[in-house]
Amino acid sequence: MAKVKLNVNGTDREVEVAEDQPLLWVLRDELKLVGTKFGCGIAQCGACTVHLNGAPVRSCSVPAVAVAGQKITTIEGLAQNGVLTAVQKAWIDLDVPQCGYCQAGQIMAASALLRQNKNPSDADIDASMQNLCRCGTYVRIRAAIKSAAKALNGSAS
Amino acid sequence: MTSVVDNEYYPDVIREQIRELERESLNFSALAARPVSRRGFMQATAAVGGGMLLAFGLLGSENAEAQQARGGGRPAGPPGPPFNPSAYVKIAPDGKITLYSKNPEIGQGIKTAFGVILAEELDAKWSDVTVEQAPINSAVYGNQFAGGSLSIPTAFTSLRQAGAGARAMLVAAAAQQWGVPASECTASDSTVTHAASNRTLGYGALATAAAASPVPAVTDLKLKDRKDWKLMGKRTTGVDNLKLVTGQPLFGVDMQLPNMKVAVFEKCPAVGGKVASANLEEIRKLPGVVDAFVLEGTNKVSEVMPGVAIVADNTWAAFSAKKKLKVTWDETNASKDSWTAFSAQAKEAAKGTGAQELRKAGDVDAALKSAKTSVEAFYTFGFISHANLEPQNTTAWYQKDPEGDKLEIWGSVQIPDGARTTAAAVCGVPATRSTLHQLRVGGGFGRRLMMEFASEAALISKQAGGVPVKLMWTREDDMGHDWYRPGGFHAFKGGLDDKGKLVAWSGHAISFSDNTPGGSKRAVNGGGWPSPGEFPADYTPNYRLAQTLQEFHIPCGPWRAPGSNTAAWVVQSFMHELSTAANRDHAEFLIETFSNKQPPAAGARGGFGGFGGGGLVPERAIATIKTAVERSGYGKPLPKGHYHGLAFHFSHQGHIAEVAEVSVTKDKKVKVHKMTVVADIGPIVNLSGAENQVQGCVVDAISTLSQEIIIENGRPQQKNFDTYKLARMSHSPVVDVHFLDTNYPPTGVGEPAFPPAVPAICNAIYAATKHRIRTLPITREGFTVV
Repeated sequence: MAKVKLNVNGTDREVEVAEDQPLLWVLRDELKLVGTKFGCGIAQCGACTVHLNGAPVRSCSVPAVAVAGQKITTIEGLAQNGVLTAVQKAWIDLDVPQCGYCQAGQIMAASALLRQNKNPSDADIDASMQNLCRCGTYVRIRAAIKSAAKALNGSAS
Repeated sequence: MTSVVDNEYYPDVIREQIRELERESLNFSALAARPVSRRGFMQATAAVGGGMLLAFGLLGSENAEAQQARGGGRPAGPPGPPFNPSAYVKIAPDGKITLYSKNPEIGQGIKTAFGVILAEELDAKWSDVTVEQAPINSAVYGNQFAGGSLSIPTAFTSLRQAGAGARAMLVAAAAQQWGVPASECTASDSTVTHAASNRTLGYGALATAAAASPVPAVTDLKLKDRKDWKLMGKRTTGVDNLKLVTGQPLFGVDMQLPNMKVAVFEKCPAVGGKVASANLEEIRKLPGVVDAFVLEGTNKVSEVMPGVAIVADNTWAAFSAKKKLKVTWDETNASKDSWTAFSAQAKEAAKGTGAQELRKAGDVDAALKSAKTSVEAFYTFGFISHANLEPQNTTAWYQKDPEGDKLEIWGSVQIPDGARTTAAAVCGVPATRSTLHQLRVGGGFGRRLMMEFASEAALISKQAGGVPVKLMWTREDDMGHDWYRPGGFHAFKGGLDDKGKLVAWSGHAISFSDNTPGGSKRAVNGGGWPSPGEFPADYTPNYRLAQTLQEFHIPCGPWRAPGSNTAAWVVQSFMHELSTAANRDHAEFLIETFSNKQPPAAGARGGFGGFGGGGLVPERAIATIKTAVERSGYGKPLPKGHYHGLAFHFSHQGHIAEVAEVSVTKDKKVKVHKMTVVADIGPIVNLSGAENQVQGCVVDAISTLSQEIIIENGRPQQKNFDTYKLARMSHSPVVDVHFLDTNYPPTGVGEPAFPPAVPAICNAIYAATKHRIRTLPITREGFTVV
C-alpha cells in the first residue's frame, strides 16, 4: 500500500492505495466519483476516460501512484459553478445518450479533442473518438461535437 | 399451429404479456377503432404534504380477478372495496409535477417516453415535470419489465387515460371553484382557463381540491386528437440527460451502501463444471480480502452455478485476488460443445428434410420440380455476445432478522420482480420479505432479462454472513458467461415460375436445444427463427419449414429482436438470391410477394404476433418498401463504386424497410456509407428517442458483421473487446430515418429496426461484388468492415 496525493477536479486528495491500483478504482471506490465508468479494464472501451493534465487517458490502465500530483479532471469536474460546458450542453440538446453508460467517457474524449482542435473534420472525429458505445450513438456524438465546436468558436469570436 | 408465445424465446412474464394482448384482441386495427379499455380504473388521494396523487390501473382479466380476490382492484363504477393504486401522477401545491415510469430504463428511452405520454394528456408544461422510476411492486403496477419492445404497445393507452383523468379532475376542481360548467374550461401548460371570465388557475393551486374531485369513469375520458398533440411526435431530450452528462450516480455499478463490500465470483469456464478444489487459504490472506468461499449454488444457469466467491474491501482488491485464484474444476458434467463439430453436423443435417416439420402449405417438392428457376443455399451465423457496456452487477444485502430473514437488492435488471423472487427463493427468503430497487441499466439488449447475477449477489451476501455486497463481474466474466445470441444454420430451396414469381419455399433451420443445467431441452431462447408463421410463410403457395436441433449446453438468450435478428438476414438474403436468379428488380419482387397473401392455413392463429407471423400487414410492408426506394434512390445511379442493398422485416409490430449504400474495395474492405430506414411503427411518442433507437440499431448491425463468439471444448473463446469487436465512430454511417405517418397503434422500435439492416448491407455487398455473403460474421468470408 502507498499513500498518494492526487489533484482531482482542482482539489488535493490524499488516499492510500495499492501500488498497482488503477486510477479508475481510486476515483470510484475511494473518492466516490462514480461518473467515470468501468467497461473492460484493458483500455479498449474508453468508458473510464478522464483528463490527465488536459489529455484523455484510460484510467483503468493508469496506476494512481504514477499520476501523483498531476492534474486530473473527471466528468464531475467539467462544469464550473454549475455551468455546463458547450460539450455537455450539446449532449443534452442533441439528446445523445441512450443507456448513457459510456457517455461520460465520450464527453471527456470529445472535450479533449475540441481543446486541441477547434474545428474537427469528420476524419478528425473518426480518428480521435475511439470510445465504444454499444447503443450505437456515434451518429449523435459526431453531431454533438460539431455543434459544440460551433458554440465554442462563436463565443470565442 | 403454435404461436411464438408457446416457444421459449422470451421469459414467462413477457410471454404472459403477449397472451394478454392477444386476449384483448388488439389486432392492430386502426387506432381510432380501438375501444377504450373498460378495465381501467382510477383513484385520487391527497398526497403527503398536500396536492394530489392520481392512481390509475389498467388490469388484464387475470390480474383484475387476482387483485379482487385479495380485496384489491375494482373497476370504475359502483363503490367497492379499496384497491391498490398504480400511482402515475403526483401534483404538489407548488405546481411541481412528478410522473412515475413503471418500467426499467435500459437505454430504450422509456422513462422519457412514458413521461411524454402522461404529460401530453395531462396538458402539463414539460418544464414543470420530473419523471421518476416507479417503485417495483407488481401488486401495484402490474408487470414491470423492459423487453420485447412491449412497453409502448402495452402502456400507451393506459398512460394516456391516466393523464387525461388527472386533467379532467383538475378542470372539475377549477370549474367548481369558479362556479362555471367544466365544459367552459380548458387546460393547457399546467393551467386551467375559463376564457369567458378571463380567469386562470395553475395545477398546483388546484391539486388539493382536485384530489377530492369525483374520479371520472375511464369510459368518460376524452383523449386528445393527434392534431392537438404538443409533446408527442416532437423531440424531447432524455429526462436523465443532465445527470448523465455530469456523472451523477444512476447505474447499478454506482451503488454504495455503508459497510458495503465488493464481491467477485469465478465460475467454471465451461458451463456445468463444479469446484473440485481452490487455493482459498492463500486468497483469504491477500490484502483487502475479507473472505473467500465456495458456493455450491443450485446448479441452474438461471440461478447460481457452482463457483468461488471472493469478498473484499474494494473492487481492485477483489479483482486482484480473482487473478490469483486457482480453481481445479470437476468438468465431468461440463459443456464440451464445439462450433467446429456443430458446423460439420449441420452440413450433414442440411442434406435431410429436418427432424421436425413446423409448417407446411401446398406441395413444395412438386412446385420445386416444376419451377422455371430454382435456387439452393446454406447460411451460417455464429454466436454473439450482448456486450452491454455496463458489466453485470448487483448489490444485495441479506439481513438477519428475528422475525425472519430479509433480502434487499439494488439492481440494473430488465425484469425486476423476476430477479427479486428468484434471488429470494435461492436464499430461502420468502418473496414477501424481499425488495428490489430498480436502477438505470447500462444497456439491456435482452441480456438483463436473464438475471442470475442477482441471485449470485444475494447468495454471496448470505454466505458472507449478512454483509451488503456489490457483486462485480469483470468484462471477462460478462463475455465468458453470457446468454449468447445462438449461432445456427439455415438451408433453403426456392422456386420461381416462368414470370419470376415466388412459388415454392423450403426452409430448414438447424438450431440448438437448451441442454444447460436446469434447461428446457427445447429450442434455445432467441433461436434462429421467430415463429412458424415467419415471412414468407403466408405469402408463398407452397411452403415448408422444418427444424433440426443439436444439443447445446451453454445458455442462449434473447438478443435484440430475438429470432428475427437472424431470420431477417437469412430470409431477406435468400429473397435477394431469388430475385437475382430471376433477373428481377428486387423491390418489385418483394412488393409482388407481399401482394400474394395466401388464405390462412388450417388451424393457424393470428393474434398479436409481433415476432413474425400474425400482425404483418402487407400494405404496411409495401408502403415502407416503396418509401425506402424513393428516399434512397434505390435503382438509380450512385457515386462510382457505391451500391445499394434493400431488405424488409416485420417484427415487434414494426414494419421496416432499409436500404444500405456500401462500397467494397478489391481487398474486400466494406464501407457502409449510408442507411435509409423507413419505419411504420404507428404514431411516434418521442421523435428524438425513436430516431436514436433506429440509428443505434444500424450501428449495432454493422457491429455484428464482425462479431463472433467461437465456442470450443465448451469454452467461449472471446472474452473482451480486444478480440470481440464493436463498431466504432469511424464505422458509423449517415442514417436517414423516416417514420411513416400512420394511425396504427404505436409500438417500440428498439428491436424491429435492427433485423433488416444486416441483410440490406449484405445484399449491397452482393451488388458491389457478385459475392453472396452466406456466413456471419462476414470476416469468415474474407471481408472486413472499415
